[in-house]
Amino acid sequence: MLYAILCYHDEDTVGSWTREQDAAVMTKLSVVQDKLAKQGRLGPVARLLPTTAATTLRKDDPPLVLDGPFAETKEQLLGFYVVDCQNLDEALDIARDLGAANPGGAYEIRPVGHFTPGSVRS
Amino acid sequence: MTDTAWIDGALTSARPQAVGALLRYFRNLDTAEEAFQNACLRALKSWPQNGPPRDPAAWLIMVGRNVAIDDIRRSRKQQPLPEEDAISDLDDAEEQLADRLDGSHYRDDILRLLFICCHPDLPATQQIALALRIVSGLTVKQIARAFLVSEAAMEQRITRAKAKVADASVPFEAPGAAERSERLAAVAAMIYLIFNEGYSAGGDTAEIRQPLCEEAIRLARLLLRLFQSEPEIMGLTALLLLQHARALARFDSDGAVVLLDDQDRSRWNQSLIAEGLALIDKAMRHRRSGPYQLQAAIAALHARAETPEATDWTQIELLYGGLEIMQPSPVVTLNRAVAVSKVRGPQAALDLIEPLAPRLSNYFHFFGVRGAFLMQLGRNEEARAAFDRAIALANTSAEAAHIRMHLDRLQRDSQPRGAKAGK
Repeated sequence: MLYAILCYHDEDTVGSWTREQDAAVMTKLSVVQDKLAKQGRLGPVARLLPTTAATTLRKDDPPLVLDGPFAETKEQLLGFYVVDCQNLDEALDIARDLGAANPGGAYEIRPVGHFTPGSVRS
Repeated sequence: MTDTAWIDGALTSARPQAVGALLRYFRNLDTAEEAFQNACLRALKSWPQNGPPRDPAAWLIMVGRNVAIDDIRRSRKQQPLPEEDAISDLDDAEEQLADRLDGSHYRDDILRLLFICCHPDLPATQQIALALRIVSGLTVKQIARAFLVSEAAMEQRITRAKAKVADASVPFEAPGAAERSERLAAVAAMIYLIFNEGYSAGGDTAEIRQPLCEEAIRLARLLLRLFQSEPEIMGLTALLLLQHARALARFDSDGAVVLLDDQDRSRWNQSLIAEGLALIDKAMRHRRSGPYQLQAAIAALHARAETPEATDWTQIELLYGGLEIMQPSPVVTLNRAVAVSKVRGPQAALDLIEPLAPRLSNYFHFFGVRGAFLMQLGRNEEARAAFDRAIALANTSAEAAHIRMHLDRLQRDSQPRGAKAGK
């Protein structure tokens, strides 16, 4: 069984770390990740850019583009995609296509800062 | 150890929100700051024992307010203290408060707090110092260090600025749309000033002043989270990120300036660049251009170029042209001239800047740029005169050193062939 581990934290707090503090945390995390990667158990790892860089597509008819992260609490995170795009417009086009196939709810589009594709041996 | 580090981070990030709300209650900056300090002291005692509150800002506002009200009552000796410790059990109160203080209130509180620091009577350096003290919560010592002045001098500067601000009347009711956007523009300009204060430092002081750039970015992100659909705030944040991404490459090991063309681009911070580019992308979708967006777009073209030769100077010239229309200034024209020299050659660029001479007769960069164009045209005598003038006007030793390098090259080039070293 594959499990997704979703990372939540207070963005203000993480954002107020100095570069050294941030690097120290990343180093500690990479120790854990390396172990999993050697065992062939680590899938994709992504660190998202701050929520200020987020855009949300409400899958209404017609779809509505909003600046900022997804902010409702009555909907839950059910899945995610990682797509390679030239710019935000391309990402929004893909989200619109997905939304047409599965209306309702919303997609939050967040640029990825750091990405390791990973590979799972199963 | 890690506990206190966590608390420090939480207090720092809650500060603008908490001081902003306390200022709205007490309508007095000193009372608000003192209330926040007291709340922080209690947090340091209570949080390690009871665990962190769900909403640190709401906790600090609640406690700060209660403590300050107690103090006021006690000093007036009007009423006895309330029986129960007013802050012992905050769970319900915190929840209620968080409900009442909806997003829009928080937003205007923080904006007001930042706006107070932009008082037009305050010179730019005082605005910055005040914002760093009040909004960011840096200590006077930290600010003094960043400004390279003594702690006593900075203390005095901040005290004076506070006194001036206290006399000014800033309306406390929620601002209307027009007023809000005016405040937003003033605050954005101040954040840009904070950044520039750090960015314009020479190589000898760049490291000491770097925190100013980082603080400006933190404030810009804060502002953007509050005003998510303002393309100019996206542009401002992007501009600061893209400029700051080059921080490590801007000076060599001796502290001398390394020009954009000569920078080691592998030392640019790719994650800051990615964030900046993402924000410009977002801003452009609004089709409401502005000076910050244009400057960010120019910085983005530099950031995207993997080598100096790959830079899209034609596009950069167009963007500077747009900026000239929006914000006419000889300095912008000077910058456009640099792009023109890359696209159409040094003569066209020189023709463009000649009319600026009377207005920029005391501006270091004018003579540096003019000297460079003349040198490219082989007019070495005139180039030397321009560089001499530039050195006389240099603001930092790094600037002067950079111009001296040009002069040395002219010197070498003008020597008889046999005496030339190397090339």
